[in-house]
Amino acid sequence: MAAAPSRMKGFYVTLGVVAVAGLAFLGWQLSRKRTVSIPANVVITPADTAGFRGYLLGSDSAPVEITEYADYQCPFCADFDIVTFPDVKSRLIETGLVRWRYRDMPLQMHPFARLAAHAGACADDQGKFWPMHTLLYQGQTDWARGGAAGHFEKYAELAGLDVNKYNECMASARYAGRIEASYQEAVALGVNSTPTFLIAGRLYEPLSYDQFKHVVDSLIAVKRAQ
Amino acid sequence: MKYRMAAAVLALAGVILAAYLYLFKLGLIGTLACGTGSCETVQLSSWSRFLGVEVSLIGLLGYVALLIVALIATKPALELARWPSRWLVIMAGIGTLFAVYLTALELFVIHAICRWCVGSAVIITLIFIMSLLDLRRLRGVSG
Repeated sequence: MAAAPSRMKGFYVTLGVVAVAGLAFLGWQLSRKRTVSIPANVVITPADTAGFRGYLLGSDSAPVEITEYADYQCPFCADFDIVTFPDVKSRLIETGLVRWRYRDMPLQMHPFARLAAHAGACADDQGKFWPMHTLLYQGQTDWARGGAAGHFEKYAELAGLDVNKYNECMASARYAGRIEASYQEAVALGVNSTPTFLIAGRLYEPLSYDQFKHVVDSLIAVKRAQ
Repeated sequence: MKYRMAAAVLALAGVILAAYLYLFKLGLIGTLACGTGSCETVQLSSWSRFLGVEVSLIGLLGYVALLIVALIATKPALELARWPSRWLVIMAGIGTLFAVYLTALELFVIHAICRWCVGSAVIITLIFIMSLLDLRRLRGVSG
């Protein structure tokens, strides 16, 4: 009844072949160029938040400040950035009426949102946050399907970044704490969807350009009256 | 005996597959060889942890345990012993139920299919079938 030796030999040969093939596959995968991931469960240190309160656009002396809490992988945020923001930028920010502050709120449901936020932070290192920011939103439908890190590297090149420095920054994940701090700030404020806008202490869901203009005009009128 | 041998080979394949997914979760592998982004979507979702433990680690430990039992079961002296087959049925049965749960999550909650997870579900189901066939082989044998 015992298994024939030749059968046992065949069994061990099969096991060996599977083991060698499997180990070769794992070794090959481990030797490939690694992409980075940005941890969410980081301990936020004072250095993560010191001196940084979001990415700014517009004049320091603008009468109104708008803070946007957004997630690069959120389709509504991309819609806002592509459709509405150009008008807001040219007619409210560049005219000195508004100072814009962009804060990251990478939602857990979006696996690449934190990586995208970190790509933005690394672009900011080289003074290219806003070009990178635009490219991240414009390419959202491409990178959200996978291979995000590769797409971001291409955007870094398109935005004129030193790609080696960018890659070093991404691999370090050094802004993970800052991104998490930004996320926690949004949660503490009561933000529960993206994009959300904080204007004069009130939270707003996405507004059209006309609605932004109306709110800004109202706030300016109140300031003048005071 | 052939069913136990098949279960052992399948369990070894499962070990390698689960190790691959766990190495990805540890950040040691850049992107999953998947063709689409669905593997990363599943592996990076909050559902990739079960009771605070990485699902891929649970799979890895489960397959290692199955491999050990299946290898012991292939010892000629145990050819007629029923207990290895019973253990394989119990362990692979639990694994198959877990795979059904995870596949349902992929289909109805995450709305993305990870090919590696499907591969694992197929492997654990085949091990379960092999174990049942082995148990049937031993019907009527005491031990």
